[in-house]
Amino acid sequence: MQRIGVFVCHCGTNIAATVDVARVVEAAAKEPGVVHAEDYQYMCSEAGQLKIREAIKEKNLTGIVVCSCSPRMHENTFRQAAERAGINPYMVEIANIREHCSWIHKDIEEATEKAVILARAAIAKVTLNAPLQAGTSRVVKRALVIGGGIAGIQTALDIADAGYEVDIVEKTPSIGGRMSQLDKTFPTLDCSACILTPKMVEAAAHDKITIYTYSEVEKVSGFVGDFQVDIRKKARSVDMSKCTGCGVCQEKCPSKKTPNEFNRGLNNRSAIYTPFAQAIPNVPVIDRESCIKFKTGKCGVCAKVCQAGAIDYEQKDEIVTQNYGAIVVATGFDTIKLDKFDEYSYSTSPDVITSLELERIMNAAGPTKGHLERMSDHKAPKSMVFIQCVGSRCADKRGKSYCSKICCMYTAKHAMLIRDKYPDVEVTVFYIDVRTPGKNFDEFYRRAVEEYGVNYIKGQVGKVAEKGDKLLVQGVDLIDNKRILMETDMVVLATAIEPNPDVRKIATMLTASIDTNNFLTESHAKLRPVESPTAGIFLSGVCQGPKDIPETVAQAGAAAVKVVGLLAKDHLVTNPCVAKSDELLCNGCSSCEKVCPYGAISYEEREVNDHGIRETRRVANVNSALCQGCGACTVACPSGAMDLQGFSNRQILAEVDAICK
Amino acid sequence: MHRTEQEQAELIKEISGVNTKKCMKCGKCSASCPAYEEMDIRPHQFVSYVQNADVKALLESKSIWKCLSCFACVERCPRDVKPAKLIEAVRLMVIRERGGNYLTPGEVPELLDEELPQQLLASAFRKYSK
Repeated sequence: MQRIGVFVCHCGTNIAATVDVARVVEAAAKEPGVVHAEDYQYMCSEAGQLKIREAIKEKNLTGIVVCSCSPRMHENTFRQAAERAGINPYMVEIANIREHCSWIHKDIEEATEKAVILARAAIAKVTLNAPLQAGTSRVVKRALVIGGGIAGIQTALDIADAGYEVDIVEKTPSIGGRMSQLDKTFPTLDCSACILTPKMVEAAAHDKITIYTYSEVEKVSGFVGDFQVDIRKKARSVDMSKCTGCGVCQEKCPSKKTPNEFNRGLNNRSAIYTPFAQAIPNVPVIDRESCIKFKTGKCGVCAKVCQAGAIDYEQKDEIVTQNYGAIVVATGFDTIKLDKFDEYSYSTSPDVITSLELERIMNAAGPTKGHLERMSDHKAPKSMVFIQCVGSRCADKRGKSYCSKICCMYTAKHAMLIRDKYPDVEVTVFYIDVRTPGKNFDEFYRRAVEEYGVNYIKGQVGKVAEKGDKLLVQGVDLIDNKRILMETDMVVLATAIEPNPDVRKIATMLTASIDTNNFLTESHAKLRPVESPTAGIFLSGVCQGPKDIPETVAQAGAAAVKVVGLLAKDHLVTNPCVAKSDELLCNGCSSCEKVCPYGAISYEEREVNDHGIRETRRVANVNSALCQGCGACTVACPSGAMDLQGFSNRQILAEVDAICK
Repeated sequence: MHRTEQEQAELIKEISGVNTKKCMKCGKCSASCPAYEEMDIRPHQFVSYVQNADVKALLESKSIWKCLSCFACVERCPRDVKPAKLIEAVRLMVIRERGGNYLTPGEVPELLDEELPQQLLASAFRKYSK
C-alpha cells in the first residue's frame, strides 16, 4: 500500500478565495492510503517545497498529490522536490484546483466540492503509480530553417554564428523574401535592399549555412533532437556549378509573357529568370510551365547562348534527406486576395493597387524603374488616395479579424515619400484609427502630417468607382460629419496580410498547431513566444503573427537562441510516459501501428512464453524514443495489450471511479 | 404603453438583431450610403445613438424616411453591424406608434414618377407597409 501525502496550495487568494482549502485537506486525509495532508499559502515557494521534502522523510511517503495550479506550471517543480527527497519523480500527481476549479467557479460551496473530487481522483491515480525512469535521446547538432526571408536569414545567421550547422530551405529561386520587394523601410527610410542584401550575402558566404533555394520540405519524421527531413530540390534546369550568372539567357529568352511574381504581376518576365538583380544564388531557373522548349520541344535558345553550358533541360527534382535537432518555421506572409472587395474596384481598374504593388512601382528596379506612374496610361498622378484597413479588422467572412499591424506605418511612409519626391501630388489617407506603437513610430506619422502635408481623414471609404480616366472616391469625414466625393488618379489599398498559404501543409508535417487565421501557435503567448507547443519546433517572423521588420529580427534572434539552447545539449531526457505493449495480450492486428501519428510502432516476430507455452508470435513493438505518449494506440488496441505508462487504463479508470464515487 | 428611451433602445436592438457594440466607428456605412446628404442623422450615427439611448432624436429624424433600404451599409460593414436594420427598426417603431400603415397599395400609382428608380418605390412600399 502506498503512503500518500496530500498538499493543498492556497496560491495566495487565487485558490483560497474560492476554495475552502481546509475542507479539502480534511476530506483528502480520510482517503485510503493518505497518511499526511496539509495546506500552505504557496506550495511552489522554497518553503512550500521544503514541506513536501520534510513530509516525505518524516512519514516515509511513497506518493505525493499536490492540489494546485495546472501541471503545465509546476509539475516539474514538485517532481524535482520529490526527487530531492529520494522518491521517484513520477510518483507525483497534480490535482489542478486553480485553472480547472477556482478560476472558473464563483460559488465557494461548489468550488470546494469540486476541489475535493479532483483531489480524490489524483489520490486514486497515485495509488496505482509506479516509478518510471526517463531515458535519453540524441541531439543532432544541425538546425533547419524553413523560409529564406529576413526572419529565416536572421535566425540562420544567429544559429550559425553560435557554431552550429544550419540549412535554409526556400521555396522561390532566391532568398530575400518580402523584404527584398520593399523599397524603403520605416521609420528611418533606409533602402530595404541596402540593409537586406548584406545579410543575404553573409548567409550565403557563411561556412555553417547551406541554402536550398527553389526547394521545399516534403516530409518530416522523428522528434525533438532528431528530426529526419526530406527536402525536394526542384529542378532548376540550370547547373548551379556551371552558371556564371551573366544573364544572357534571360535577355535572349523568347518567352517573355509570364507575370513577374517579384513585381506582383505588374510586368512580365522571361521563362528563364532570376527574380531580382541581387538574387542569391544568382542562378536563374527555368519556369517549365512557361518555357517554349518544355511546352513544344522546340526553342533551346538559352542553351545555345549559354557560354558556360549550364542549361540542363534533363535535370530532375532531387530529394535530400537530412537529420536536424531543431526546426524553425519562418514562412512569412502574403497579402490577402481582394476579390471579395469589389467596392474598391481593384480587379477592374489598374490604377487601384495594393501597397506592396506601390513598393514595386516606387523601386528603381521595379516595373516603372522607380517612376511614380499610373499603370493604365503611365501618366504621373496629381492626386493619390490611400485606404487603410482593407480586409483587416473585419468581423465578416470577407477579411481578417486581426489588425495587420504594419499598414499604418507603411502608409505613412508611402505618403511621406511621395510628398517628398513629388510635392505637387496631393496625398489623402482615409483611416479608421492610426496605430503607431513603436519606437519613433508616432513621431514618424506626425511628420507625414505636419511636415509633409499629408491629408489624413477619419472615415473608411465606402466606394471607389472609375469615372473617365479618373477614380471617384466616396467617403465621409467623420470629424466634420461631411460627405466626401473626391476625384483622384490612383488609389492604394493597405491590404491585410495573412500567413503564407503553404504554412498549413508545413504545420501538418511538423504536427505544429495553427490558429483559425493560420498563424502558428506559440507555446505560451507571453512566456514562450518563439516556441511551438511541439517540442523542437520554433517560430520566427510573421508566420506566428503580424509584425514589422524590427520585431521580426528580434524574434528571429530569440528563436535562434532557443535553438542553440537545444543543440548545445549532449542529449535530451525523454518522457517515460510512453506506450508499452503486453506481448502476451497482443494479437498482432496492427491497429495501433495504423493510428500512431509518430511512426513509433512496428511489428516483429518474437518468441514469447505464454504460461509455459513457447511460441513465436507477431507482436507490437513501441520505439520509446519516437513515442510521444498521445495514447491513440491504447484506444485503438482491441485486446487491451497496449497501455500508456503513467496514464494506464487502470489509473484513468481509478480516477473516473473516484470522481463518480 | 410608455417606454423610457433606454427601453426603446433595447427594443430597437431586439427588433433589428443588431449588436451596436460591434461597431468600430469606421464610418464605412455612411461612406457607402447613397442618401447620406439627405439625412440629418447619418447611418454611422444611428449606431451610436442607439448605443447611447438617444432614441427620441432618431424617432424625430428625417433620416428614417430617407433611407433607401439599399443595404449597401449592411453589405460593406466590416464588423457586420447592419445599420440599415437599425434604421428599419426605428421606422417600425414610429409606424407602430402611429397605429397604422403609412402607405397603402392604392396610393402607390399616384406616387409613380418617371425620375424615380423603381427600387425606391418597391422598398418604400415594403418599409411603409410593415
